[in-house]
Amino acid sequence: MGAVLAVALVASLAGCSSTGGKRAEERAAAAAEGRAAVNTPRWTFAMVTHSGDGDTFWDIVQKGAEQAALKDNINFLYSHNDEGNQQAQLVQTAIDKKVDGLIVSLAKPDAMKAVVAKAVKAGIPVVTVNSGSAESKEFGALTHIGQDEAIAGEAVGDELNGRGRKKALCVLHEQGNVGHEQRCAGAKKTFDGTMQNLYVDGTNMPDVTASIEAKLQSDKSIDAVVTLGAPFADAAVQAKRTAGSKAEIDTFDLNAKVATGLQSDKLGFAVDQQPYLQGYQAVDLLWLYRYNRNVLGGGLPVLTGPQVITKDDADALADYTERGTR
Amino acid sequence: MSGSTAAPDRPDERLVRTSPLRKLLGRPELGSVVGAVAVFLFFTIVADSFLQASSLGTVLYAASVLGIMAAPVALLMIGGEFDLSAGVLVTSSALISSMFSYQMTANVWVGVLVSLLVTLAIGAFNGFMLTRTKLPSFIITLGTFLMLTGLNLGFTKLISGTVSTKAIGDMEGFDSAHALFASTLTLGGVELKVTILWWIALVAVATWILLRTRFGNWIFAVGGEADAARAVGVPVIRTRIGLYLGVAFAAWVSGQHLLFSYDVVQSGEGVGNELTYIIAAVIGGCLITGGYGSAIGSAVGAFIFGMTSKGIVYAEWNPDWFKFFLGAMLLLATLLNAWVRKRAEATT
Repeated sequence: MGAVLAVALVASLAGCSSTGGKRAEERAAAAAEGRAAVNTPRWTFAMVTHSGDGDTFWDIVQKGAEQAALKDNINFLYSHNDEGNQQAQLVQTAIDKKVDGLIVSLAKPDAMKAVVAKAVKAGIPVVTVNSGSAESKEFGALTHIGQDEAIAGEAVGDELNGRGRKKALCVLHEQGNVGHEQRCAGAKKTFDGTMQNLYVDGTNMPDVTASIEAKLQSDKSIDAVVTLGAPFADAAVQAKRTAGSKAEIDTFDLNAKVATGLQSDKLGFAVDQQPYLQGYQAVDLLWLYRYNRNVLGGGLPVLTGPQVITKDDADALADYTERGTR
Repeated sequence: MSGSTAAPDRPDERLVRTSPLRKLLGRPELGSVVGAVAVFLFFTIVADSFLQASSLGTVLYAASVLGIMAAPVALLMIGGEFDLSAGVLVTSSALISSMFSYQMTANVWVGVLVSLLVTLAIGAFNGFMLTRTKLPSFIITLGTFLMLTGLNLGFTKLISGTVSTKAIGDMEGFDSAHALFASTLTLGGVELKVTILWWIALVAVATWILLRTRFGNWIFAVGGEADAARAVGVPVIRTRIGLYLGVAFAAWVSGQHLLFSYDVVQSGEGVGNELTYIIAAVIGGCLITGGYGSAIGSAVGAFIFGMTSKGIVYAEWNPDWFKFFLGAMLLLATLLNAWVRKRAEATT
């Protein structure tokens, strides 16, 4: 192994790239040093989400929460599990730790109901994020921060109408995800043309490409493809090229690749629900509650999206997507 | 007839002169070929756009990405072992070359070669652990699978700060690497991905190894009855490690394809694909118990899988039932395959 590493190091010194890479990033990086802006006690807040391993979206949520925790002098704990009962167990461990505040996502509300009630009963203020706007209040949470998936979908339908699209494809990368279904249903509702759903296997990128390709080949009249996650937009772009289709590719969520895609007209628009804001606000609102008993939203969910991003906005956002906070 | 008894009967078949028809009927992939023809005809009838040349390019692409891995996995299964880490190893391989090139600001080819070395080392680790501990390959590679899944995520987050790698599309060497691993060739107006060539090459090499080399005989012997094989002087350990190296090499090819087609890699990908590779090998006539099967069969299995998964899209069936259709088609293809093989064995 040592020999392998040595060979690799020597080889890399010999074969340097003068473009891109870490060096370019470092050159561009402007150091933004953060420190606590308040001197309130060091409270501990726990965030428990339904994220799977290695999910870009939740990574950004976490970054927002960490940034707010740093500012608010909060000891921030993060854990996640995509199985409902496992997520509930993680919430239980947070209750056991007697945290000062709890942030949960309610993608599987039934599994979370009992344990959230337990936290509320133990006197822990709860804020729900991302999914669960319907159940949040009923479960006893202070407020909900997130995007209403149906409204986000409707925004997509409107945007497609404005772009004169007639036949659209909605690409779902997780079969059985309620939020995904709501997005496509919302888009279908406001879209004047026809919209079909296509289910693809999200963990297998070449297969996603081939499936979209197959669909575009079998129906040449499709003039818009909407993917529900940023990484899948690029797969759709490739599928479009191979299938020789004229369809416009649009997507939910944002990442660096989507930002450059918008700038170069490979993508039409992106619908952002600002995950950074969801994490940041959740921590900040809990701090406000602890410090000042403030509650935002007046019993209604606080919406972080949908924000429709087009070419013009993408220029301004490119730097932020590059550092992984948009 | 069970696999372990079939294998010892078989070695003679390559020495004894038989008629071409008998030879054909005795081939392990015969059943899957019949299945493939059936699936092909089925989708030709129910899906209008299935028979277009461009559609065939898409189906072949889907099949090739799977088939590149299915060929060495089939050889490994003939040798009597599994590799549950094969799916995430593809992702690991892509992550290694991307992150190494990026962090060192090196020519991407450096990362590609480092990735080859590390991927082969992981394959050797699987084979070495297996032969050393004598634990079932199911357990060993399950351990590797979990460790790699964690390493993929942990390292990516540690090094790039996010769960996907940084884009390397603007780095030196990217274009030539893209040409080798992820380019598209236009042949008579049809767009064909370069993975199809890799697939054909790998299946050809695997078939040659299996049928024309001493190592091929060793694979059949080790998979049929390892102790007996060892008794007659077959280097069982070397054979097994060699098989895992084969899987690792293919994982490297697939991983580089993944990297150079999308230029960023998501660290959580690949989980679950290992089963697809095994399914393709089984549809192609490999016995789960080892000692019997072929590389061409794995290619036919991958082709059936590609036709089914994309044929459903071409047929525009209600997507709510997608997974059901896929499962039913695969089950039917495998049953047909088993039935044909039984008939073939009865006539020889």
